[in-house]
Amino acid sequence: MTSTLSALATAVATEGGHGGGQAVAEATGVFDLTWLLIAFPLLGAAILLLGGRRTDKVGHLIGCGASIASFVMGVVLFAAMLGEPSDGRAFTSQLWEYVNAGGYTVDVSLLLDQLSISFVLLITGVGSLIHVYSIGYMEHDERRRRFFGYLNLFVAAMLLLVLAADYLVLFIGWEGVGLASYLLIGFWQHKNSAAVAAKKAFVVNRVGDMGMVLAMSSMVLVFGSTAFDVVFASAEGASTGWVTAIGLFLLLGACGKSAQFPLQSWLLDAMEGPTPVSALIHAATMVTAGVYLIVRSAAIYDLAPDARTAVVIVGAITLLMGAIIGCAKDDIKKALAGSTMSQIGYMTLAAGLGPAGYAFAIFHLLTHGFFKANMFLGAGSVMHGMHDEVNMRRYGGLRIAMPVTFITFAMGYLAIIGIPPFAGYFSKDKIIEAAFADNWITGLATLLGAGITAFYMTRLMLMTFFGNRRWKQSEPPHESPSVMTAPLWALAFLSVVGGFALLYFGAGIVDWLAPVTGEEHHELPMPLWLLITITLATVVAGVAVAWLMYGRRAVREDVPAGSPLTVAARNDLYGDAFNEAVFMRPGQYLTRSLVYFENRGVDGAVVGTATAFGGLSSRLRRLQTGFVRSYAVTMLGGVGVVVLAMLVVRLP
Amino acid sequence: MTFPWLTTLIALPALGAVLTALVPSGRGTLAKQVATGAALVTLVIGALISIQFLFDVDMGVEAETYEWIPEFGASWALDVNGISLALVALTVLATPIVALAMWHEAEDEKRDPKAFFALLLAVEALTLTAFLAQDVLLFYVVFEAMLIPLYFMIGMYGGPQRRYAAVKFLLYNLVGGLAMLAAVIGLYVQSIDAGDPSFFLPDLVALDIDTTTQWWLFLGFMLAFAIKAPLWPFHTWLPDAAAEATPANAAFLSGVADKVGTYGMIALVLPLFPDASRDAAPVIVVLAVVSIIYGALLAIGQTDMKRLIGYTSISHFGFIVLGIFALTGQAATGATFYMVNHGLSTIALFVVVGFLVSRRGSRQVDDFGGVQKPAPKLAGVFLFAGLSGLALPPLSTFLSEFLVISGTFLRYRPAAIVATLGIVLSALYILWLYQRTMTGPVRPAVEGMPDLRTREVAVVAPLIALLVVVGFFPKPLTDAIDEAVGPTLVEVGVEEPEPLAPVAEHVEEGTGR
Repeated sequence: MTSTLSALATAVATEGGHGGGQAVAEATGVFDLTWLLIAFPLLGAAILLLGGRRTDKVGHLIGCGASIASFVMGVVLFAAMLGEPSDGRAFTSQLWEYVNAGGYTVDVSLLLDQLSISFVLLITGVGSLIHVYSIGYMEHDERRRRFFGYLNLFVAAMLLLVLAADYLVLFIGWEGVGLASYLLIGFWQHKNSAAVAAKKAFVVNRVGDMGMVLAMSSMVLVFGSTAFDVVFASAEGASTGWVTAIGLFLLLGACGKSAQFPLQSWLLDAMEGPTPVSALIHAATMVTAGVYLIVRSAAIYDLAPDARTAVVIVGAITLLMGAIIGCAKDDIKKALAGSTMSQIGYMTLAAGLGPAGYAFAIFHLLTHGFFKANMFLGAGSVMHGMHDEVNMRRYGGLRIAMPVTFITFAMGYLAIIGIPPFAGYFSKDKIIEAAFADNWITGLATLLGAGITAFYMTRLMLMTFFGNRRWKQSEPPHESPSVMTAPLWALAFLSVVGGFALLYFGAGIVDWLAPVTGEEHHELPMPLWLLITITLATVVAGVAVAWLMYGRRAVREDVPAGSPLTVAARNDLYGDAFNEAVFMRPGQYLTRSLVYFENRGVDGAVVGTATAFGGLSSRLRRLQTGFVRSYAVTMLGGVGVVVLAMLVVRLP
Repeated sequence: MTFPWLTTLIALPALGAVLTALVPSGRGTLAKQVATGAALVTLVIGALISIQFLFDVDMGVEAETYEWIPEFGASWALDVNGISLALVALTVLATPIVALAMWHEAEDEKRDPKAFFALLLAVEALTLTAFLAQDVLLFYVVFEAMLIPLYFMIGMYGGPQRRYAAVKFLLYNLVGGLAMLAAVIGLYVQSIDAGDPSFFLPDLVALDIDTTTQWWLFLGFMLAFAIKAPLWPFHTWLPDAAAEATPANAAFLSGVADKVGTYGMIALVLPLFPDASRDAAPVIVVLAVVSIIYGALLAIGQTDMKRLIGYTSISHFGFIVLGIFALTGQAATGATFYMVNHGLSTIALFVVVGFLVSRRGSRQVDDFGGVQKPAPKLAGVFLFAGLSGLALPPLSTFLSEFLVISGTFLRYRPAAIVATLGIVLSALYILWLYQRTMTGPVRPAVEGMPDLRTREVAVVAPLIALLVVVGFFPKPLTDAIDEAVGPTLVEVGVEEPEPLAPVAEHVEEGTGR
């Protein structure tokens, strides 16, 4: 039944001409084992979190094993998909019926297609590397087993998010990664700052969740279902108003999870978590879930140009905001976090361009997963050698002391600023092209962003690895153990070749994703070589300015006063100040006055009325248990009245 | 004649109450054992009854009717459907858990625990009767009678202000009860006018009552249920009762006993007074939304943990009432499911707070801090209970909250949108509470705080397991509820909204069939 419906649905989608739908087949053979992807890490989490101290010694191995098993499964499924025809690579497997209430039915079923397998490989591949790295990074933490339990929980939830075939099931994964993120940001709970940051991340995400819940409610209202197949097939039958509303609600959800303006404020604080967490959750995977959501909902956005415009605007604002914030931070992790915001802004913007940009959004998402995880782990390696120092003004000249970290980090650096042939060059350049093909303003925003990126990344590079040594510790910082450097090498390798390989290997990622996202090509307003030249010139300019400020001149150890813009950027462009002034303070005031009103007003009025009607308050004050006797009498009297009344009305 | 399952279900805890009361004083442990044993036997019978509804196995459970006061057409009439089954299951599950949680709390002031345990079983019997009664007079009598044991349970065991809280609880509910009494009589008069005097619910539902009369009767019943539930602005007794009663007692009160109010709304008010319910629905929806937001904001502002949990219940009861009066199948099923889940979740919260209070001797949030360090398991179950309170998927509370919101969205969009604010506020009150009590530097006073004990694990483990299992596999229960909700809404005479863009037609067009 489900399969026929989805087959019909996709038939309609294809004929309808939007977001290139492909036939979704019922999973058989190895595809029927898709659930194992989620089961491995879920089982790992259960063992580690319920097993108690008994699993302390082998906890990290179980955790890594679960993640790697899932990765192997992902590779097997990917290979199997390659054996299928290019328009027949979508498989759905129903696990169990979840609910049926008032005609609204939800099945727990998984959808494995070109888009979801791309995420599966990113999540489990980069995830496994980060698991391995964490063995070394968390070695001296007595709660390491629990850390791995949370990591496995995260991987399971994230896989559910990208494999779900129904928005409600997706939302279960969505909240699951939110929980894992909460637990891991606050992993060092004894630190107040970590606990506060964790709570902030969860609460801000819940604001986005309002959007998710309203989007799903709208789908129930409009389509009677939240299943992908039904929603996508019926989208054309819905009014533009509703499709736009759903698109905007989904965007709100995406803004929460992906730290996009105006819900960006939690991501910088989330750096309180251990660095592998920042790499996995707050750079490579979870924060990109919003982009996944938008691309997955292509059938909705294709019909809602206004919602797409909103997506582009949000992406453009965030990409510039994040980049500007990244320029002013002295904390290496926060600089990278600003960069993450900015890069996700690129992806969001690309997703907002519709079929012309969906594939590039995912492309950049994947390469960003490689090079940003690489750099976060590199930053973790630096911190590991520097006794958890994060202030770049106390780094300097580390390329000699930590050569592996330096070289691998440099690969990530060259990738993110977009130097050919490193990974980021291909993916970012595609987005800039698509943005210019759409309109000049979007194009200029992405171009400007590329320049600023080059500036802040060069600044970070110079402050950390070059220049005079500003660290005070007596023995020189040591290079990290090989359990940590091996993942760095792997990610550095991907940062170098990932972009070229994804774009040109086989038919390339654009064709790979086309059956899911559709494909469109818009003409550039200028020759391609000119745009590439301009882009590279901008990048070089950004590098040059950074070198003039931080390479040629010695880096100061104290914090200079800085221009108003620098100060604003240091304060996250006053996002927190705004939230505090507009939401927190009035909220506190409201809560306090309500508590006052409740205790004096509502309660007082009731007690006062009681006083007025027969001095009940004096009895209240005496509080005799004798009152119950009179109550019992009242009740008996009441029953007596019933009996009497019934007799009276029956008598005649 | 088949086995009288339902009467047995009620008789067991009633008998248990008597047996517990007969235990010689001074032998507190024996009394506790007798009571817990009776609660467990009741649980077994309740589970057997549930099998029939959840898994379609015929256990021979059917309606039972025995003569009571034939002169008035009043009878001992019991029946069970999906809605009542859900609440019966909650009640029989909660009672042994509460008994176990109360094991030491009842002895705090060297009081004989016997009375509490006997009264607990008495309330269980009365609550079960209320959920199963098919006779309005029977329902009224147990609805009122329930107050007496609850009054003593609050007034005899609990905090320093317990007597004040008990009297307040009683006064409020008394007012509601009197209004309902008048309405019960009025309803009976209607049946006389129709020529067939009866208190039998199906007879009364079949009556054709004119709208004005319906309104008056509706108000009588609704006032009683709105106070019981409690709905804003009739709620102020609950925070006091929640704060002053022992944690286990507060858990039973807001987790189980108060559900009689929301049960009355969906099982009595809607089918008995369909016109008035339809007309009044917008007003009730507004009150429900106010409850959701008001309760959540007040919870954020509390400094007393038990009061805080009490206010979260007001917010959650708002969701339940919203779902009932949205008058869509989805919302009503969600609301009934919510009653069960809120029961499990709020019991877990109260009980865990009880563990904390018994260790530290204080209910104040500020007296705690950094508890996760000395007592990580305790902090873990506290967080878990909290997450169920903020309706985190896949815990069962999530699905019910979503069904209520999305079901309400079908009919009352602004109300549903405002209600979604509740999902932000609930995260705020729970996680802020967790942050202040469990994280940060360890306060000197909580250093060396012992972690969970075996009995405490036995109390929370079943709750956690149920929240998870029902969360993953809700369908047997929601199907049973949905089956009973359908006919109820047919009685009210509302049409289910159709999807705006129905897929079937579209697929037909698109494929040219």
